[in-house]
Amino acid sequence: MLNSLWLSHFTAASCLGHGLAPTLAALRAQKSGLAPCAFETVTDLATYVGEVAGVDQAPLPASLAEYECRNNRLAYLGLRQDGFNAAVGAAAARYGRRRIGVLLGTSTSGILQTEQAYRRRDPATGALPDDFIYRTTHNTYSVADFVRTAFNLEGPAVVVSTACSSSAKVFASAARMIAAGVIDAAIVGGVDSLCLTTLYGFNSLELLSSEPCRPYDAERNGLSIGEAAAFILLERPAASLDADAVLLLGAGESSDAHHMSSPHPEGLGARMAMEAALKTAGLQPADIDYINLHGTATPSNDAAEGNAVAALFGNQVPCSSTKGATGHTLGAAGGLEAIISALALQRGFLPGGVNTHRVDPDIPVQYLTANQQRAPRRVLSNSFGFGGTNCSLILGRAQ
Amino acid sequence: MKLTAYLDGIGLIGPGLDNWPAARPILAGTAPYEARPLTVAAPQSLPPAERRRTGVAIKVALAVAQEAVAVGQLDARQLAAVFSSSGADNDNCDAICKVLASDDRHISPTRFHNSVHNAPAGYWGIASGAMTPATVLCAHDGSFGAGLLEALTQVAVEGWGTLLVTYDMPYPEPLHAKRPLSAAFGIALALMPERSAQSLARIELSLSDAAPDALAEPELEALRRAIPCARGLPLLQAIARGEGGRVVLDYLAPLSLAMEIEACR
Repeated sequence: MLNSLWLSHFTAASCLGHGLAPTLAALRAQKSGLAPCAFETVTDLATYVGEVAGVDQAPLPASLAEYECRNNRLAYLGLRQDGFNAAVGAAAARYGRRRIGVLLGTSTSGILQTEQAYRRRDPATGALPDDFIYRTTHNTYSVADFVRTAFNLEGPAVVVSTACSSSAKVFASAARMIAAGVIDAAIVGGVDSLCLTTLYGFNSLELLSSEPCRPYDAERNGLSIGEAAAFILLERPAASLDADAVLLLGAGESSDAHHMSSPHPEGLGARMAMEAALKTAGLQPADIDYINLHGTATPSNDAAEGNAVAALFGNQVPCSSTKGATGHTLGAAGGLEAIISALALQRGFLPGGVNTHRVDPDIPVQYLTANQQRAPRRVLSNSFGFGGTNCSLILGRAQ
Repeated sequence: MKLTAYLDGIGLIGPGLDNWPAARPILAGTAPYEARPLTVAAPQSLPPAERRRTGVAIKVALAVAQEAVAVGQLDARQLAAVFSSSGADNDNCDAICKVLASDDRHISPTRFHNSVHNAPAGYWGIASGAMTPATVLCAHDGSFGAGLLEALTQVAVEGWGTLLVTYDMPYPEPLHAKRPLSAAFGIALALMPERSAQSLARIELSLSDAAPDALAEPELEALRRAIPCARGLPLLQAIARGEGGRVVLDYLAPLSLAMEIEACR
């Protein structure tokens, strides 16, 4: 059983905007941030992306210059929103710099830096340019190192990189570290940024939609890639919490043991993750008021996940995927969707999925295409990834 | 804060270190270390289609994982898994970057799905049938310590038996010049919440700021310094010698990991 933890501060940057206010406004208005792909030098992919505005115009301060890359710029942009910087500073003063962990998810980290450096290889020797720094940009850990360094923290740090479940699984790891007494608080979440590897990679798998993605639609035809920075300060609940404080109640993890890039057809692994999350929270399916689906809008993901949700919850629980609004932010998706779930809990609404015209009649779940003014008390959020990696989180209101 | 587990199985592969039984006397100092290139076969437990798609990192990870499970006489399907590596399939990464820098950016589906940091964990699931939780970590040069900390936290808090699998492989040029990893290497540890007949040692972890231990044998010490997952070698050396006592492992400055070791047999 998981000891509940408090999401004391959180913030997100995605194609919906910088910070919680524009994110909430876009969700309320059922607005999508997806736009035709004009990223970097990509001119040959007919797809939509969820690009965060202004990342290239936000350089890092000189003291952090060695971390310069799109992924860390996006991270830095996120850290300066919604008072997150100050909240971490106060936590460090309260607990000590060694008692705060940094556990972040990413799938591709700063690989764009390497992709661009390969274009600038020395024509004679093939060497990468002198200004390319591997450790602080390319390496999968670089974003956690960047955040730990930016806040001058000295505690445990790690990147979880399990593709699209990465920044959900960090909640489970952080909860264990806090329970074990290794740390008192953790910066969790994820940062993933647009790069050529994922755009051309998903294109090679024929998983990119040529229109804004349509999760759970009968005619869904693939995903839209997005990018995001999502940060949450996770700590033990304060002695008295506001009624709208959001708690992490449960986390469940599983593996498909099936295929590298296709989900288990009946969603068995997905179901096991949701069951494990319910068990750690001490809850029953009927206790869940809304499910934020993984819902990538690929034919196989939504069918498998929908099967698993229907097997466990029937069609009684309203659910939606918010990837029609944000795109699939890959290693940041778990963190971003935990924050969207937290906003739904605090503001008392259920976000309807956008871009979905006709819900797939073969998936027997209660899929929302319009917002509902209903105040959920407990929300489950799903994140599943390549390699058959699954994680479900349960968040709830303090009261 | 102290985290405790029983070490029931070890898997090891590296240049001149073919497996745990072969490496044991070398680490104990009763047999000489002789450097030679590492060879590792694709795991027979994978279906042929998957086996063809595995690169060095996946082969090393699965080889040490299987060895640790066999040494501990464990059922892989009952174990959670923590994979940790500074990189992943580094040949594959180079191949993708080359294609993306060319005029034809078409990369193959296999290249793409092998590019995820968790590819070895995915193949392990397929090979072992384990539907248990599996996480995949990176902490650059601190990746062994980060993996050990996560695995011991799982054992202590969840009461799971957890298989820690750490592995690295070199990058080809031009990345090798920027990130010189000298050889492929892998260490796996099967960590259990209760003592069993197979238990080799009881280990206890606490965060420390003591300096990490070095290895006396210069060539082994060179491996430890050059390859992130080989930073676990001082722990294996203590086990190989059958000694109890304290070993300090590299983690993330200013932190190191102090390990108290008590031999079980």
